[in-house]
Amino acid sequence: MKFTIILWGLVQALRLATRIYPKFAERVKERDVIAQFKLKDNSAGRWIQFKGGKIKSGSGLHKNPDLSLFFQNKAIAVEFLTPPFDQLTRIDAAKNFKVGMEGPDELVVWFASTLTYMTTVGWKSGTDMGDGVTRYTNGTNGGPIFVYVKDGKIIRITPMEFDDDDAESWTIEARGKKFTPPRKTSLAAHGLALKSMVYSEDRILSPMKRVDFDVDGERNIQNRGKSEFVPISWDEALDIVVKEIRRSKAKGRGAIFANSGSHHQWGNFGHYLSAFGRFTNLLGCTKMMGSPDSWEGWFWGAMHHWGNSMRLGTPEFYGTVEDCLKETEMMVFWSSDPDKTYGYEGTVRRAWAKELGIKMVHIDPYLNHTAALLGGKWFAPKPGTDAAFAQALCHVWITEGTYDKEFVEKRTEGFEEWKDYILGLTDNTPKDPEWQEKETGIPARDLRALAREWGRKKTYLGAGSWGCGLGGAGRGPMGAQWARMMAILGAMQGYGRPGVNFGNLQFGAPVDFSFYFPGYAEGGMSGELTQSANAANNYQRMPHIVTMSTVRQAIPRKFIPEAILEGRALGHLTDVSTIQGQFMKVGYPAPGHAKIEMMYKYGSSSMGTQMDSNRYIKMYQSEKLPFVVNQSIWWEGETKYADIVLPACTVFEHDDIGEWYNVGAGYVHHMYSMNNHRVISMQHQCIEPLGESKSDHDIFLEIMKRLDMGAMYSEGGNTELDWCKRAFDSSDMSKHTTWKQFLKKGYYVVPPVSEGTRAPTGNRWFYEGRKKDTPEPYPLPADYTGNFGDGLQTQSGKFEFVATSLNNIDDSGRPPLNKYMPTYEDPERDENLAGFPLQLLTPHTRYPFHIMGDEKGCTIRDIKDHRVRVDGHEYLVAVISGTDAEDRGIKSDDLIRLWNHRGSVVCAAYVTDRVQPGVVSAPTASAEYRPAGEPGNSTDLGGCVNMLNSSENMTEHTHSIKPNTTLIQMEKWTGVDTWQRAEAV
Amino acid sequence: MSKKWNLVVDVARCDNCRNCFLATKDEHIGNDFPGYTAAQPEKEHSWVDIKHKERGSYPIVEANFMPVMCNHCDDAPCMKVAKDNAIKKRDDGIVIIDPEKSKGQKAIVDACPYGAVYWNEEKQIPQAWIFDAHLLDTGWTKPRVQQSCPTEVFKTLKVDDKKMQQIQEEEGLSVLLPDEGTRPRVYYKNLHLMTACFVSGSVVAMIDGVDECAEGADAVLKQNGNEVARTTTDVFGEFKLDKLPPGSGSYELEVSMSSGGKYSAEVNVGEDNIYLGTLMLNS
Repeated sequence: MKFTIILWGLVQALRLATRIYPKFAERVKERDVIAQFKLKDNSAGRWIQFKGGKIKSGSGLHKNPDLSLFFQNKAIAVEFLTPPFDQLTRIDAAKNFKVGMEGPDELVVWFASTLTYMTTVGWKSGTDMGDGVTRYTNGTNGGPIFVYVKDGKIIRITPMEFDDDDAESWTIEARGKKFTPPRKTSLAAHGLALKSMVYSEDRILSPMKRVDFDVDGERNIQNRGKSEFVPISWDEALDIVVKEIRRSKAKGRGAIFANSGSHHQWGNFGHYLSAFGRFTNLLGCTKMMGSPDSWEGWFWGAMHHWGNSMRLGTPEFYGTVEDCLKETEMMVFWSSDPDKTYGYEGTVRRAWAKELGIKMVHIDPYLNHTAALLGGKWFAPKPGTDAAFAQALCHVWITEGTYDKEFVEKRTEGFEEWKDYILGLTDNTPKDPEWQEKETGIPARDLRALAREWGRKKTYLGAGSWGCGLGGAGRGPMGAQWARMMAILGAMQGYGRPGVNFGNLQFGAPVDFSFYFPGYAEGGMSGELTQSANAANNYQRMPHIVTMSTVRQAIPRKFIPEAILEGRALGHLTDVSTIQGQFMKVGYPAPGHAKIEMMYKYGSSSMGTQMDSNRYIKMYQSEKLPFVVNQSIWWEGETKYADIVLPACTVFEHDDIGEWYNVGAGYVHHMYSMNNHRVISMQHQCIEPLGESKSDHDIFLEIMKRLDMGAMYSEGGNTELDWCKRAFDSSDMSKHTTWKQFLKKGYYVVPPVSEGTRAPTGNRWFYEGRKKDTPEPYPLPADYTGNFGDGLQTQSGKFEFVATSLNNIDDSGRPPLNKYMPTYEDPERDENLAGFPLQLLTPHTRYPFHIMGDEKGCTIRDIKDHRVRVDGHEYLVAVISGTDAEDRGIKSDDLIRLWNHRGSVVCAAYVTDRVQPGVVSAPTASAEYRPAGEPGNSTDLGGCVNMLNSSENMTEHTHSIKPNTTLIQMEKWTGVDTWQRAEAV
Repeated sequence: MSKKWNLVVDVARCDNCRNCFLATKDEHIGNDFPGYTAAQPEKEHSWVDIKHKERGSYPIVEANFMPVMCNHCDDAPCMKVAKDNAIKKRDDGIVIIDPEKSKGQKAIVDACPYGAVYWNEEKQIPQAWIFDAHLLDTGWTKPRVQQSCPTEVFKTLKVDDKKMQQIQEEEGLSVLLPDEGTRPRVYYKNLHLMTACFVSGSVVAMIDGVDECAEGADAVLKQNGNEVARTTTDVFGEFKLDKLPPGSGSYELEVSMSSGGKYSAEVNVGEDNIYLGTLMLNS
């Protein structure tokens, strides 16, 4: 087609769209503008004028257009403008200067978006349910949902129930029974509470400025967290933010610190790795460097025995649901409470295991939710001592010859040295059941009984909350020692043997692993190739322009306050590509870079989720941090420690797309195997943004436009809905359904594969000495010592009882031989801790998602197991033993104060037999920080128990957290606060 | 006989995930359903509440949970105190407190023996779980408590009363406070987990001079010479003799191994569950 004809046709299409779609007519009315298409040499063109909603046009060049879109030559123009549009062609044209734009960036974005809107305005979302109700869909951290909307208001949120048009469910046949999962999605509590979260009284409904902050004068930084805020206009707020961006950039590269939490709302584009990632790359920011925070012990420890670096040191899980149900005789849940943190997809599978008579054992200082539901034998070792328990199991297996000798001989190295250590030949201390009894408090005979049963019966080791790693004891001070022991126990029993493996039925459902849909960690629209999994699939499947930050310094998350206050902070990389990746040091400052001038804080979770969080208050009130902008949905503990607050909206108030528990390549490859069905959700915009809030994407776009990077950020005017369509087109879903069908219905269930093509059982290939046959492209080819696909990622290619890779770093906490070192806080070993006799566990909470769902007005706050209302205030629940309660005159629902030298927090007591005397358990789930006196130096009434945890590393040469066990004292709250922080920050 | 709604609640399956509690709040906070009920206040009301019961002590501990809500009684005490026909019993068995007519009638709250009726201070009306009648009336086949439950605690049955009676007998279902004679339409399975007592212990035997968990020992509980319960110890030597009425008094516990070794004691069952601790067998 000819260039001139295409342009004429475009104008006709615009006119037609204004007639058919009132919404499009409204859009055209927004601006009076003369836009022009032309060839670069001005040899041909057409102008289009929008004026008062009317469209005029003429061929040839206009004398004074507001903006021009120009093409290198006719051929490129024709290719660029002829539908159906090929994304790769357009990307190529843009990045190789075959096409360009002249005119104000803001206008260019508007015009380009308007052209796209012409093609999308007719799209329809949602199902009409009658009576004025539309059923939309969404994807959330709690699971995919139906959202019922009437009169612009959410009236109801439910799990998805599948219909007959949706793909069938899989069936597993085991021991003469057939098991098929329910035809619906399950929801975590924070999924069912979402309506109350949307309409929470803590929502931020307009841009805000701290009342005593003057960007051009007195900033009153010392008042962050104390002063009130006043609403201001978006223009005023964004002008201040952009002014500070310019001021900071003028000081040098890296002066802007981009600081987000680990999680965000669900969705491939709204996620922090996506919209925020593109924004911070284009801006050039010093980034926050996370630690492998839920994997700690596996990443820094277990990885050295068997590799699996791309899984952060955890084992494979494919096919384990089927293998476990068919073969196993006993399941040992070790620091493993899957029913707490990850919704309930696996719960039904564990009910099947119970129905099949599989024996259950639970090892946890707390009789956790999974244990309470399933029943079975409960062991409650003293927190931190699990590695001693595990070593004594090895002792029984070695002395009684009940380990997998063939596996140990053929597939492992270093066993003799390990055996000598366990038997006490090298240190004169046999790690026998009596030895562990002194350490753990578990009677030697009980341990022997377990070891013998385990040696006799085919056993699944459910280690950590996922069963195949993650969380629990792996996040404690002894996390590396524990996770290493889990790997070692697996090796001694020949993991991969039928019925013998890692898992608790949470992972490893027989879903289709070959069907591609991008996970959120594939970076969405970020264009970031190194800090996300973008390069694996998304970058090719959804052609888009790469973005790259020019800043080489990063701040380790745990030491953000130290970086600001002391001017330096070092950490080790969470580089998962290879084992030695974790030995690399990185930090702040980097040569040639500027010191931090402003923090762009995305989300407000630090007080509730970061250790020793009183440090943050000192940081925020320091002149060393001249400007803080906080972009959040809710007023949470951290939000008011800012100068400007930008109101983001929830996932219900903008468009997005995502698959349930699909993280993407690497990290948690195929995480969706937790689900019984793979469900991809259109995350419809269900309602208008509340108040003046905007989607994160739109806020970033506004800032980018002020820096003339709007067209760059939006890749030529893409809206969030446009990006959703691009993700749909990039995925295998586009081969099975149409965009229109998907957009309307809102979800797609990926059909399961036939029984003969299910993924093989994880680790079986290694057990049997074959080439790797599981569907994960790891380890990277260069990391095989032998031929590709043969053996493990370790130096020897075998399981290493003595981890040779640890010879490469001199870390006293991680010797190559995993000897038992009681490094947890212990008043009997450290006299400075004598005043703190109780061990505090701070697991994840069951009801909110981290702190999301704990905002005021959320229905979760009405759950008495989460918070208890006393005198109108809702206090976080801490679980304590009857003995400790009696000693201190405490009853259930009494207010109690938990404290140590780092912090002091008031909670409500729940007295129970589910913990042993000496142990207190309180979740890290507080959205509220409410200091009784001076912020940072008084007792918190809000429930930020992480105040009490140490920010130290688990072992010296790591960047790791160890919050799960710390020492405290406890008393009935007097109502009078005299606590002061003992040590200077 | 007309078909009526019934709800069966399995206590053994409840793990306090709170989805039923939250789903009910989601349905009613901010939503008025004229003719059924007014919107629920944002705080304090637990139309579906979860009761806790812990049994035993370390290491034999159970944490049991039970959802409790309006029982939609056929002989409802609330109806007896209601004035102006403020409470109606529908033909399908569901009890509805009229949000208009019930205004000011706090006696309705006090009349419920289950504590399942809540007082809406702002609107001055009594409110309770309506069995999602407003949804059932538009074609839903189950209430939201069942839809949102991941562990299949709830089973909704629309059957005639004769059939329900048959199901109750076959499945051994109980109702709450049967002595009140309220004839609830909400039935419970495995209610003993909330109401009964157990006697448990860890049996130990000396074998070759080492104390070991005694697997396979018979544990028998007798009252006045009659055997009440019997079980066998597991691999950890543990046993649990369950379903004993609270306050049922004195029992004889006899533990024995076929290979020799005995233990016996008198056990008094009061209100609490009993873990006897380590029981060493005499050879």
